[in-house]
Amino acid sequence: MTATSKGFADRLRTPEVTHARISGVGGYRPRRVVPNAELVERINSSDEWIRERSGIIERRWAGEGESVVDMSELAARQALQMAGVEAAELDVVIVATVSWPYQTPAAAPMVAERLGTKGAAFDISAACAGYCHGIALASDMVRGGDASNVLVVGVERLSDFTDKDDRGTAFIFADGAGAAVVSRSATPGIGPTVWGSDGAQWDVIAQKDSWIEVHEKDLGWPTIGMAGQTVFRWAVWGMAPVAQKALDAAGITADQLDAFIPHQANVRIIDAMAKQLHMPADIPIARDIAYTGNTSSASIPLAMERMVRHGEVPSGGLALQIGFGAGLSYAAQVVVIP
Amino acid sequence: MADQQEILSGLAEIVNEETGLDPAEVQMDKSFTDDLDIDSLSMMTIVVNAEEKFGVRIPDDEVKNLATVGDAVGYIQSNQG
Repeated sequence: MTATSKGFADRLRTPEVTHARISGVGGYRPRRVVPNAELVERINSSDEWIRERSGIIERRWAGEGESVVDMSELAARQALQMAGVEAAELDVVIVATVSWPYQTPAAAPMVAERLGTKGAAFDISAACAGYCHGIALASDMVRGGDASNVLVVGVERLSDFTDKDDRGTAFIFADGAGAAVVSRSATPGIGPTVWGSDGAQWDVIAQKDSWIEVHEKDLGWPTIGMAGQTVFRWAVWGMAPVAQKALDAAGITADQLDAFIPHQANVRIIDAMAKQLHMPADIPIARDIAYTGNTSSASIPLAMERMVRHGEVPSGGLALQIGFGAGLSYAAQVVVIP
Repeated sequence: MADQQEILSGLAEIVNEETGLDPAEVQMDKSFTDDLDIDSLSMMTIVVNAEEKFGVRIPDDEVKNLATVGDAVGYIQSNQG
C-alpha cells in the first residue's frame, strides 16, 4: 500500500534567511584571585615551573554567590547591555558548561529566568569547544529565522572538579563566565563553522569515573584528568589546520584578521598554534590565560571581552576563534568583533 | 635511510630550534629532562618535528620511553620508513 500526500507541502512557511552577528560580549571573573604560590606546595612545584609550562600567573576560583548560574547571569547582563538588547527579547538561551552540578535540569532555564526571558533554554556539553558550538547554533538559529536574539554563555566552575594534588591539571583549570548575544544583522557577521570530533581520543581529557562508578564503588568526588602531551600534540598540529579551514571557509586570509582568539588552554599551545598558522606578528593574539587560567568554555568570550574592553581590537574587525577540548571536540569560526 | 650520526645531528638541530640549546650539547648519553632541561611540551614538539624530518611515527605512549637522546636516535633508526 502506498500512502498519498494531501498536497499541502508547498504551503509550508519558513522564515526568510538573514545574517547573524555577535552584538555584544560580556564576562564575569570570580572575586578570589589564586596566585601560583597558593598551589605549588601540593603539586611540589614553583611559580616559575607553572609559568614556563602554561603562561599562567594567577587564576580566579569561584566562591559563595558565584555559582554557574550566578556567573552566567552577570556575564550575560554585560553582553546584553553592550548589545542594546533587553532580556525579554532573547528567544533562546544556550549555556555551554561541563561543571553545572546537576544532571538535570539544565542551568540555562534558571539563567533565562534570572535575566527575565521565557525563551527556549538548554545546555550544551562540548567542554572547551562549547562556546564555539554555541555560536554556531545561535548563528544558524538566527540566520534560519527561528530566533532574533540568542544568548550564548560559556561558564565553568572547574575548581569544583579539579584534583588539587594533580600536577597535570591543578594549576591549569579555573572558573569564570563569558557571554555573547547573537542577533539578526543586515550584513554577514559570523562565518561558517568548521567543527568535528575524534571520539577515539574520548579518554584523554575526562572525568575520571562515571557518576555510577563513583556511587557503586564509593570512589569519592570525581575530578577531571588530562593526558597533557597527547592533548598538546592534538591541539597544536591537529587544530592549526582546523583554524586554517575556518579562515578558508570564510574567505579570509590570516593577514586580514584583527584578532586571533584561540581557547585559552595553555600559552604554549597558543604560541605553537600561532606559529603553525604563520600568524602575522602584528595580529593581536588573546593571552587572557595569564590572569584567568583555563576556564574551558568561558575562555574565548572572556578573552574577547578583555580585548574589546582594553581597546586592543577594533569593533567591526575580524576575529578567528577556535575552541578545542574534551571529546575530543572542536569548532572554529571567523566572527566580526562587536 | 639516515644512519645514527645523521639522525643525531638532525635531532640536535630540532632540539636547537625548539630550545636554543647548542647542538653540540645534544649527545647520545644526555637525558632530555635531567641534562637538557626539556619539558614535556617541548619534548612533544621535538617528537613531531622528528617524525616529519625522518618519516617515522612516534606514538604518544612511546614518548615516555625516550629518556635519553640515544633512546630517541635508536627508536628513529629502527622505525624509519
